[in-house]
Amino acid sequence: MNTHSLAIGVCLTDECALELEAFALACGTEAAFVRLLVDEGLLQPLVVQPAWRFGGEELARVRRIRRLQHDFEANLQSVAVMLDLLDEVERLRATLHRAGLAAR
Amino acid sequence: MEFKDYYKVLGVERGASDEEIKKAFRRLARKHHPDISKAADASERMQELNEAHEVLRDKEKRAAYDRVGQGTQPGQAFQPPPGWDSGFEFSGGPGDFSDGADHSAFFEALFGAARQRGAQGRAGPGAEPSRAHRGRDHHAKIVVPLEDTFSGATREMTLQSPEMDAAGNMTLRERTLHVGIPKGIRAGQQIRLAGQGSVGLGDGLRGDLYLEIEFAPHAHWRVDGRDLYFTLRVAPWEATLGATVNVPTPDGVVEMNVPAGSQTGRKLRLRGRGIPASPVGDFYVILELVLPPADDDKARDVYRQMARELAFDPRAPLEAAA
Repeated sequence: MNTHSLAIGVCLTDECALELEAFALACGTEAAFVRLLVDEGLLQPLVVQPAWRFGGEELARVRRIRRLQHDFEANLQSVAVMLDLLDEVERLRATLHRAGLAAR
Repeated sequence: MEFKDYYKVLGVERGASDEEIKKAFRRLARKHHPDISKAADASERMQELNEAHEVLRDKEKRAAYDRVGQGTQPGQAFQPPPGWDSGFEFSGGPGDFSDGADHSAFFEALFGAARQRGAQGRAGPGAEPSRAHRGRDHHAKIVVPLEDTFSGATREMTLQSPEMDAAGNMTLRERTLHVGIPKGIRAGQQIRLAGQGSVGLGDGLRGDLYLEIEFAPHAHWRVDGRDLYFTLRVAPWEATLGATVNVPTPDGVVEMNVPAGSQTGRKLRLRGRGIPASPVGDFYVILELVLPPADDDKARDVYRQMARELAFDPRAPLEAAA
């Protein structure tokens, strides 16, 4: 079966960033877990005032955290170390990429 | 639909112990995890590994899988016999990720219907018969040309998703979506398409579809967040004496001044000519000096003349330090 449709999407950024409950749902998790990640310093809301709101990059980050937790049976502290290292690799790759030294 | 050999996916014998299965999964997960591996098919590999692990580590699912798998060759066309899974509950242990994970059509055919029945059953016996369950969200990547972010665009994409039909069988449904790519979007951002995920159960809402934006590599420009980078090749006299050169930017060709006394690696900024996000990105030009070849007498003479007339020693700092 094949159907065609025009889908109107919204980009999850600034004005369309998600509030805590909706964001947790989009991540396939619960608000308490998102709060824990923020408290533990693994995640920062895109918007802090007047209420936390989260965008697409945060969504990808929480999904990555859940993947790492699940696939390696890792606890949050191990995931935090993995995220720091992955962020560092990403920064170094971006530096090479800006200099035109490595294709991404 | 093709039969999937989960034992082969994990590289273990059919009689492998739980410990061997766990070890094989861990070893392969470290190698193929999409957060670590840069291979283009890392996500698919990991999905396959997770699926194989999910089935083979669970006694009930493994027994059921072994039963249907008897006499079926990998890759062979496969259709589970009707009612084959009666008697299996597939409860899903603690930490079961299956609600959020994507599975192959093969997996859905075997375990999808049972899971959905399970979800209904969990509403409790005697509860409202068609307790609503929201459909699953889907997550996908969409690779678009960089140009899409400069003016916005509409892109067509085809999605395949397993869905349960009225008779309770899993079928693959193919959909073509036209997705609006908003102007100023950046790589890594997500477009949310409400109601484009899986159908819900009962009166449950449909899930949503999330599309992560990725730019296809561009012939001239490199992207970093909202900024663009461009390597501009210049002649030695342009760099040393200064020049006005043409630079291709998203807004068209612009004239740019190369300041006198520039060296290779100098970074020049064209403010506000990057990705039209809010705030708008910048366009960076990195200079690369290119020396004219000396492949005829005339060119060699010019170089010789420079050597004679210019008191220039590129290694002077080295000698001063020695």
